[in-house]
Amino acid sequence: MIVNIARKELKGLFSSPMGWVILALLQFVFATFYLMGVDQYFLTMSGAMRPDQRMGVTEFVGGSVFGIAPFIMLFAVPLLSMRLISEERRQQTLPFLFSAPLSLTEIVLGKFVGLLSFLSLSVLLIGAMVFSLNLWADIDFGYLFANLLGLFLLVASYCALGTYVSSTTQQPVVAAIITFVALLALQLIEYFLAGDPSNTIANLSLMRHFEPFSRGMLDTRDIAYFLLFIITFLTLTVRRLDADRLRG
Amino acid sequence: MTTITVEASELTRKYGSRAAVNDVSFTLNKGEVLGFLGPNGAGKSTTMKMLTGNLAPSNGSVKICGIDMMERPKDAKALIGYLPEQPPLYRELTVDEFLTIAARLHRVSRQHIRKAVDIAKQRCGLTEMGKRLIENLSKGYQQRVGIAQAIIHNPMVVILDEPTVGLDPIQIRDIRALIKELGGEHSVILSTHILPEVEMVCDRVQIIHKGSLVFNGGIDVLKQQRHGNRLLLGLRQPPPHEALLGIPGVESVEALEGNLLRIRHTPGEAPSEALVQAAVSQNWGLFQINPDQTSLEEVFVQLTFQEAAAA
Repeated sequence: MIVNIARKELKGLFSSPMGWVILALLQFVFATFYLMGVDQYFLTMSGAMRPDQRMGVTEFVGGSVFGIAPFIMLFAVPLLSMRLISEERRQQTLPFLFSAPLSLTEIVLGKFVGLLSFLSLSVLLIGAMVFSLNLWADIDFGYLFANLLGLFLLVASYCALGTYVSSTTQQPVVAAIITFVALLALQLIEYFLAGDPSNTIANLSLMRHFEPFSRGMLDTRDIAYFLLFIITFLTLTVRRLDADRLRG
Repeated sequence: MTTITVEASELTRKYGSRAAVNDVSFTLNKGEVLGFLGPNGAGKSTTMKMLTGNLAPSNGSVKICGIDMMERPKDAKALIGYLPEQPPLYRELTVDEFLTIAARLHRVSRQHIRKAVDIAKQRCGLTEMGKRLIENLSKGYQQRVGIAQAIIHNPMVVILDEPTVGLDPIQIRDIRALIKELGGEHSVILSTHILPEVEMVCDRVQIIHKGSLVFNGGIDVLKQQRHGNRLLLGLRQPPPHEALLGIPGVESVEALEGNLLRIRHTPGEAPSEALVQAAVSQNWGLFQINPDQTSLEEVFVQLTFQEAAAA
């Protein structure tokens, strides 16, 4: 049943130009950074004489793409997540889902999975681009995998927050703006608290937990953080929809 | 196999201190068509939302074929097809795509989806529209898609909230025929404020007013109340009322404008024959005689008004 809702969401995303345009723009930006990375690798490395200055091609090119990805996704996710539930509210199509034999959890998870699998296309394309380096170099698969997983978890967290915000309003644009501001705040917390790295609030920052992945390190604490983040916001969404049923 | 398909008991829904629906109880048997009548804001839609699990009742319970809506919502909802007031349509999809999704979400098995979509389209007269975007369809056709989505999984109970709104007369006739057809094997609940519609398609009628049921019974009862015990008599040279009152069966006479007389008679014994004979033999100049039907509207107003007076 979750799969059926996800399929419905994907159909909705692919039947509007919006989905295709965003997917194309994402790919354009990531490909540009990838190309710049490949281009500059030789320039930089030919200047680096000492062995400790030298860097693997995976890390150099991957760093360029994966470094920019969180910020690009910051713009892309709100645009896609905004319509998820608010549009159904506005078009009054929620009764269609509510009167089908589905639990609220299935509805929310289905929508979340649908959106996430759409964005995963973009993440997979990044993976494919970096992987193509393997044609003429030996790439570091561990590094690539850690980065892809990190980006995937980060995007999933964005989606979860976006889903929740979308369930609180009838206006997709309002949902987009609130999602964007909230995500931006979660990115910036770390900069504001840069002077005090041990601060508890700084631990809420999404970027702080993404950073180990981008170094190629898998830390269960970071994975747990992302999973908790996702579960929290999806649970809030279910509660928000349940309130509709209870309060009317 | 139980024959009771819908059982609502003591349904109450409060918004703050105001009760939108107050203590509504009824049962519906298999194969019955139940009409829900009421003025605007009477609580028809609210009741329907509660029946379909879209709204939690403040009090009371709903059972669909013996399955409690609160305790096993998924199983109960699988037995219901619901068309809300505003048909829930994904406008960016085509009719076929939308109905396929509806079938899938309502647990129609994979190999039967195509067939279910075709049957639903055929029943609602949408066969030609399969490839059209819902967005581009007229209001009437959108309404049909809404009905198709409600019956696609062959549910035990079909709940339609004002299904004939926005349709042209021919479409309305088709939809009424469809509702009658559905009533054969399923139970149907429909709400409307078009009274003749209820008389045409429903077996039973419930009138709801200010959140409470004021009438619950067979359509015959309502019809009887409608036909009543009155005759309308048109005479060019009306005799004094005493002459009319002398005819057996006549209880009272009331003069109306245009030489018309309203005659109230003892129920079941219409003195039409005696009146005609008297009129001919005494040369009253009879030009019209017919049963004086209270319009359904009048019955409706009476019922809702009585309740207001009693409260």
